[in-house]
Amino acid sequence: MADAARATQVTGLDNAAPHLRVRDLAKYFDVSPPFITRALQGSGRSTLRAVDGIDFQIETGKTFSLVGESGCGKSTVARLVVGLYTPTKGQVEFDGVDIAGLTTRRAMEPVRRRMQMIFQDPYASLNPRWRVADIVAEPIRTHGLIDDNRAVLRRVGELLEQVRLSPQDGEKFPHEFSGGQRQRISIARALASNPEFLVCDEPTSALDVSVQAQILNLMKDLQRELGLTYLFISHDLAVVYHISDYVGVMYLGRLVEWAPAEEVFHNPQHPYTRMLLDAIPDLEMSGRPRQAVAGEVPSPIHPPSGCHFHPRCPLANDRCRAEVPKALPRTGGQVACHAVEENRLPARVQP
Amino acid sequence: MAVQVHPNEIVPSFGRRVVDSVHRFFDGDVFHSFRSSPVAMIAFAVTMLLFFLAAFAPWIAPHNTDDVSTLNLMNARLPPFGVTDDFGTEGVADFLLGTDDQGRDILSAIMFGLLVSLEVGFASVILAAVVGTVLGLISGYVGGKLDSVIMRIADVQLTFPAILIALLIDGIVAGLLPRALHEELKIYVLVLAIAASQWVNFARTVRGSTLVEKGKEYVQAAKVIGVHPALIMIRHVLPNVTGPVLVIGTLSLALAVLTEATLSFLGVGLPVTRPSLGTLIRIGQQYIFSGEWWMTIYPSLALVILVLAVNLLGDWLRDALNPKLR
Amino acid sequence: MADIKNRPLLEVRDLRIEFPTRRGTLVAVDGVSFDIAEGEVLGVVGESGAGKSLTGASIIGLLEPPGRIASGQVILNGRRIDNLPYEEMRHVRGHDIGMVFQDPLTSLNPLYSVGRQLIETIQTHSDLSDQAARKRAIELLGEVGIPSPKVRIDQYPHQFSGGMRQRVVIALALCVNPRLIIADEPTTALDVSIQAQIITLLKRLCSEHGAAVMLITHDMGVIAETANRVAVMYAGRLAEIGPVDEVIKRAKHPYTDGLMGSIPKLSGATERLVQIEGSMPRLTEIPNGCAFNPRCPKVFARCMDERPDLTHVGRSEVACWLYDQQMERTGSDG
Repeated sequence: MADAARATQVTGLDNAAPHLRVRDLAKYFDVSPPFITRALQGSGRSTLRAVDGIDFQIETGKTFSLVGESGCGKSTVARLVVGLYTPTKGQVEFDGVDIAGLTTRRAMEPVRRRMQMIFQDPYASLNPRWRVADIVAEPIRTHGLIDDNRAVLRRVGELLEQVRLSPQDGEKFPHEFSGGQRQRISIARALASNPEFLVCDEPTSALDVSVQAQILNLMKDLQRELGLTYLFISHDLAVVYHISDYVGVMYLGRLVEWAPAEEVFHNPQHPYTRMLLDAIPDLEMSGRPRQAVAGEVPSPIHPPSGCHFHPRCPLANDRCRAEVPKALPRTGGQVACHAVEENRLPARVQP
Repeated sequence: MAVQVHPNEIVPSFGRRVVDSVHRFFDGDVFHSFRSSPVAMIAFAVTMLLFFLAAFAPWIAPHNTDDVSTLNLMNARLPPFGVTDDFGTEGVADFLLGTDDQGRDILSAIMFGLLVSLEVGFASVILAAVVGTVLGLISGYVGGKLDSVIMRIADVQLTFPAILIALLIDGIVAGLLPRALHEELKIYVLVLAIAASQWVNFARTVRGSTLVEKGKEYVQAAKVIGVHPALIMIRHVLPNVTGPVLVIGTLSLALAVLTEATLSFLGVGLPVTRPSLGTLIRIGQQYIFSGEWWMTIYPSLALVILVLAVNLLGDWLRDALNPKLR
Repeated sequence: MADIKNRPLLEVRDLRIEFPTRRGTLVAVDGVSFDIAEGEVLGVVGESGAGKSLTGASIIGLLEPPGRIASGQVILNGRRIDNLPYEEMRHVRGHDIGMVFQDPLTSLNPLYSVGRQLIETIQTHSDLSDQAARKRAIELLGEVGIPSPKVRIDQYPHQFSGGMRQRVVIALALCVNPRLIIADEPTTALDVSIQAQIITLLKRLCSEHGAAVMLITHDMGVIAETANRVAVMYAGRLAEIGPVDEVIKRAKHPYTDGLMGSIPKLSGATERLVQIEGSMPRLTEIPNGCAFNPRCPKVFARCMDERPDLTHVGRSEVACWLYDQQMERTGSDG
């Protein structure tokens, strides 16, 4: 409990227990070549630390976004939270219960109903052989939420209306819909078991901008109507800024900074966060000054020592190369950077 | 927009679903590809004709060659109608394709033989498809050690040709059972042997497709919903891997008929009392050097046409179901 | 129209691309006309299925069958190139037009070293010796910002990261000193930080080599950063074309306006995005009149049955009846 109390103090969040709390969560994948290859080449096992000890928490009714470049582990976090992967270590506490420790399907069942997921690819996330009504009804039937088949179908009709489709769309097949409409069906399915928590893995990145706007608006409306809590995964900073209350920035499996969205976007602390913000194309053509972005994301199998970001960081020193930075409190959240700790951070030119 | 919809209208009745799917089939790409491929249409017509001849052989065959009592040795070794053989015997219209050494009408024998060949072919392909699909699904979906075990068994299986397996099973059965029973069980031995040599193809293909489907988000969505793994396999993955099974099934049918013919030709297949195409060819080839070619040529021709037509159909189906080639 | 002596580098006139299918002919690109001047970057923006990539492919003669140019002309440097025989078109591709694709991995041959691919391309289109061609290849790799090009020239594509591969592809497009580069979604497969690097590179190279660029993308941000002019496509037609600041800041066509509003921005209110209802029609269901009419908030009777042509409005050209009406009104007023 002392731990929790300190965490609350550190983060400056004084309200009650969070809806979801992730502690020291890690997932390592064994990416070694087959045994025979290893024996012939004399190489050892190699591990991919997709997620390497991250902590964050989400309050009820809020949206927490994880943002980062490809290979940073954000999608792995999403899959760990919903239980598609078993964590290598750490806890996922959902309303105070560690769900990462639940191994049997039976023990997971109550959680399954309350936590659902929306996927990235609307063309792959719906079974092409099923009718839309059956797709949306699957959670209801699986959990036996409604017994009478007519009542199930009535509920499916309601759900389709909730995502601004018509109940008659239930008898069609997924291929008869556009990408945006399919994503609505996916959302209707996720809502079917009356969940409180939705994990959204890049739900708009496969969509065109005008359709993306529809889906983002819909997700905001649903959050307000149903009091949903979102864990939102995206690589698009503008989308994240638009939808989030809190934002966490990931780099090579670690959470380098998290804070309220306004803070992250208008007062970024970590040099990586600053670099990402600088890289966004300037749509308003305001001619804001930008720092040149250097280097590329290194291989997550052999990440750099110390702070993973040091080879690309303009502020890196010997300590950054040797020592992994600890998460320190920042306004409304945390940041893991030696330069911040040592007060070496230059002031940022505000756009 | 808030139209009141009767729940029954959301999901149509069974009858409408059937009508719908028939309509979708004839409107679909597969049917269109069929209509625009003359080879496929001819192959289909020939296959259907042969199936028809076989299925209705007891009713439409000019002679009932199954009934030995109707045979007359006076009619033995007659040439086909319109042909005069080396001894000056003329063919008669009653025996269109001539007769064999027992006086059996070749045309009727081919029709009955086709039936036997297709029975064995279908039975072994269905058996192989069921076993292979189930093992492939489990292997691909569950993965891990179980996958390794199943796939190693498949590898070992592949090293034994069907003939060897047939001889092996035949030998065991012959050793264990009395002769009369053995003869009766021969058809099952044959089906088992051919299926044993074919399930690997199904298992490997289904495993590959399962691995692809398993990675797709709709399967992950079902997992997040909490659907039982067995149900995910049956209701989500299985319907999406049936395409390749259908293609391999068709191609395997041709191969099964051919394997059966080979085994029967070699004498480990079906007994002379229920001759298949292979048996007919074996009987006939003893007379080929005495000029009575019709006994072996006509059954061989029937076999070639059947295998070719089914194979062409399978090839077309493979292309039609492969979206990359469309 | 352009000056007679100052003829644009590329002229596309009334381009129409059709796809014959068994359910009738689909018109994927319909009546598209635009120019690209020497050294200019023209951004072509639109949602998937708007026909922007097909337009690019038809200019360079790489339209995948059964797609075909049904009518219209493509004129490069005063010479018509849309009806050239295959060999001559190949020559044009080698000498005058370069291409950069979305996925750098598929545009490089994985079995050959990067250097070999560069040298072969250089030698196909010039009579440089092996030594000279290799020297030129190393120069090019250095120019596109690949560190230690002398070492990396002998490496294979899989040894390069995504961003570095896209640099190699750009080097390949540059080896023949083309007058025009068609870049089809060159940054879409890349991470944000790498995207910025590639955009900067493209911009620098164009000004240095004086090459014109047709930049096809769905990302308005990339256009804003890179292009001089922008063409907005919708359902196979041009909705609006004009200088980039004009189109972005003062969008005329209701579609462009909605598109700009639906892009989430890093400033301002985060409550709701402007949304265009519905989605772009399938090619089989393009409505009569203006293709945007079912989704347009300002639709009126004329939009339903008459198709608008591009007309000058301010510094842009817009295909929308709203402006025709205004012109008439202002005309009658004055």
